[in-house]
Amino acid sequence: MKDPIVPMPQVAPPAVATAGTGASSLPVPASTAMQWLRTMHLVREFEVRCMQSYQEKKIGGFCHVYIGQEAVAVGCVAAMQPQDPIVTAYRDHGHALARGMSSRACMAEMFGRAGGCAKGKGGSMHMFDRPNNLFGGHGIVGAQTPLGAGLAFATKYEDEVILGGKSRRVSLSFLGDGAVNQGAFYEAQNLAGLLDLPVIFIIENNGYSMGTAIHRGTTMSHDICIKGRAHGLREATIDGMDVLSVYRDMKALADWCREHSRPAIVDMKCYRFKGHSMSDPRKYRTREEEAHHESNDPIITLERRLTNAGVLDEARLASMLKEVREEVRDAVAHANASEPTSASELYRDVFVEPWGRYTGSSLPDYMGGATNACTFRATDGKEGLV
Amino acid sequence: MSAVMSNPLFREPLSMAGAEREIEFRDAVREAMCEEMRRDKRVYLLGEEVAQYDGAYKVSKGMLAEFGAARVVDTPISESGFSGMAIGSAMLGLRPIVEFMSWSFSLVAADPILNNAPKMLYMSGGQFGCPIVFRGNDGAGGQLGSTHSWSVEGLFSNVPGVKIVIPSTPADAKGLMKTAIRDDDPVFFLESERLLSMKGHVPEGEYLIPFGHAALRRQGKDCTICSWGRPVHFCLEAAEILAKEGIDCEVIDLRTIRPLDLPTVVASVRKTSAAVVVDQSWSFASPGSELAAQIHRHCFDELDNFVHRVHSDDVPTPYAVALEQEYLPNVRKICEAVRSATYRA
Repeated sequence: MKDPIVPMPQVAPPAVATAGTGASSLPVPASTAMQWLRTMHLVREFEVRCMQSYQEKKIGGFCHVYIGQEAVAVGCVAAMQPQDPIVTAYRDHGHALARGMSSRACMAEMFGRAGGCAKGKGGSMHMFDRPNNLFGGHGIVGAQTPLGAGLAFATKYEDEVILGGKSRRVSLSFLGDGAVNQGAFYEAQNLAGLLDLPVIFIIENNGYSMGTAIHRGTTMSHDICIKGRAHGLREATIDGMDVLSVYRDMKALADWCREHSRPAIVDMKCYRFKGHSMSDPRKYRTREEEAHHESNDPIITLERRLTNAGVLDEARLASMLKEVREEVRDAVAHANASEPTSASELYRDVFVEPWGRYTGSSLPDYMGGATNACTFRATDGKEGLV
Repeated sequence: MSAVMSNPLFREPLSMAGAEREIEFRDAVREAMCEEMRRDKRVYLLGEEVAQYDGAYKVSKGMLAEFGAARVVDTPISESGFSGMAIGSAMLGLRPIVEFMSWSFSLVAADPILNNAPKMLYMSGGQFGCPIVFRGNDGAGGQLGSTHSWSVEGLFSNVPGVKIVIPSTPADAKGLMKTAIRDDDPVFFLESERLLSMKGHVPEGEYLIPFGHAALRRQGKDCTICSWGRPVHFCLEAAEILAKEGIDCEVIDLRTIRPLDLPTVVASVRKTSAAVVVDQSWSFASPGSELAAQIHRHCFDELDNFVHRVHSDDVPTPYAVALEQEYLPNVRKICEAVRSATYRA
């Protein structure tokens, strides 16, 4: 019998950004908040350069930029520990950078080059970073949510069954509000609730699944945490446009999930300043609506807060921006200079262990072979049949 | 171990020496899972009814009692969710065995099992593998009707990044399952519900059968019959009938269709100059059509006739027993194909 689920009290978060002045008014050390500001600027600048590079056809395929939502990835990552696994959807550059992926590896992946985090084989939607416990950007809407439950299953299993201790890690599974209507998400929540998995499903609720406003695609769209309530998940509604709120509320939620080995759902209110992808004329919303949200820019909000606290001044901001622009310029230069992924990579990483018995041909012979000769050789001593 | 050393690829029937022991196919699969779970704590089993119910088909009988609920995990009827969950856990380093009560139910989990498991290593540039086994009942023959009678190898063998294992005997089931669990890549392990109660000699203790090595089930000189899984038994039955007619058949059991042991097939067809492929999936774009194309390519000069193929008929699986038996690749169809391929029709 499981403990009864006590719903988390739903209180509107006090507006941190208006509180007090002086560095002591910040809920975190000034250097930490400055680091967050830098990362948010880095993500913003990175995305601007991605859009440019896309126009220049350096980046192909789909490209979904994160501009406007920077506070979500930065605040959430800050609230977690490095060993906590993270998985996300296709709008993933911000999460990768926030988690610590180098902007060089990230941009080279966008360019499809050998120096990319996945050697150019993943692309914009598939940022993976093993050292930083980022288990991917995933392209099929909602498909990453069962994976997130699985990451939590695995950390809990390792900690409890293999190590014989207490579950001590929490997984984050990001999804957009469009993924809320995918069946996989409900199955993931049900399993997480049933198996006491320490996973937080963070719905980056930017109000649109592609071009469909949330109320046109989702029932109870004013209260999407109800989707998690049905599965006994703890819940939180968080202002995703304020990194300090994101950090504070996510930290509290993650601590609870860690302590109790239980799942949670977050309605992370935010806004996507740009289109869904690079080919989106945004006819489904007004410019007035966009301007309204852009006036609530998470970067400006944090800058204002840091300025009020006496931590940030114009000179420091200018120097930070210069540093960030240089870093991203360097990432683009690196991506441009990075070798195109070699054709020899085509058949690598299909399997951990190579087929073993097929040699001498770049293609496994049974698949048609690169040559007309029958080049395979059996490793069991039978030589090639040619 | 000695049986393994003297017969490393199990091309010949396993030695009957020593403790002679006959167990059911389901017991062999269970024995492999239990041995591996005792060896490696990262291995766990999950699926519908695997724990408290002891398995819908009793393959996991007794495993809950031995390993506990943390390692033998009952799931709700939620294939998409638990498949994806298991894949996530495999990415982090566990080695899940996922039981599909029927592979027919895996279709609602097509996205995780086809889009995630086989592509993770590749699209992460080698960073995240997916050491996972999906197993369960595959194929028709139990009058289960159209939706529960899938031979999913016809669909799934098209996808790069998966290994597909279709054993036909209890001994192979054990050795191949142990290999599957230790494999670092996703393995689809297709059992036949019609074979689960079949008994056969299974050595006690440790042995592994490597993937990509066919077994020669019968030697012959007139025609090569290639198959895998349950239809292998129909091929052997047909071969006995044909022998009385003077047609001497060689029967090759591929055991895995990805990887595919083409050298063994090619060597045999170059000897017999005639080939019949027997595949219980539908004919259009199937493992059987792939194998036939490869035989044509590699044995073009040696073949006396085109490669004949026997499949399930190209219709939804019927319920009525007579219709279903007619639909399946049966002994009569195999005999007719061999007679035609060898110009004895």
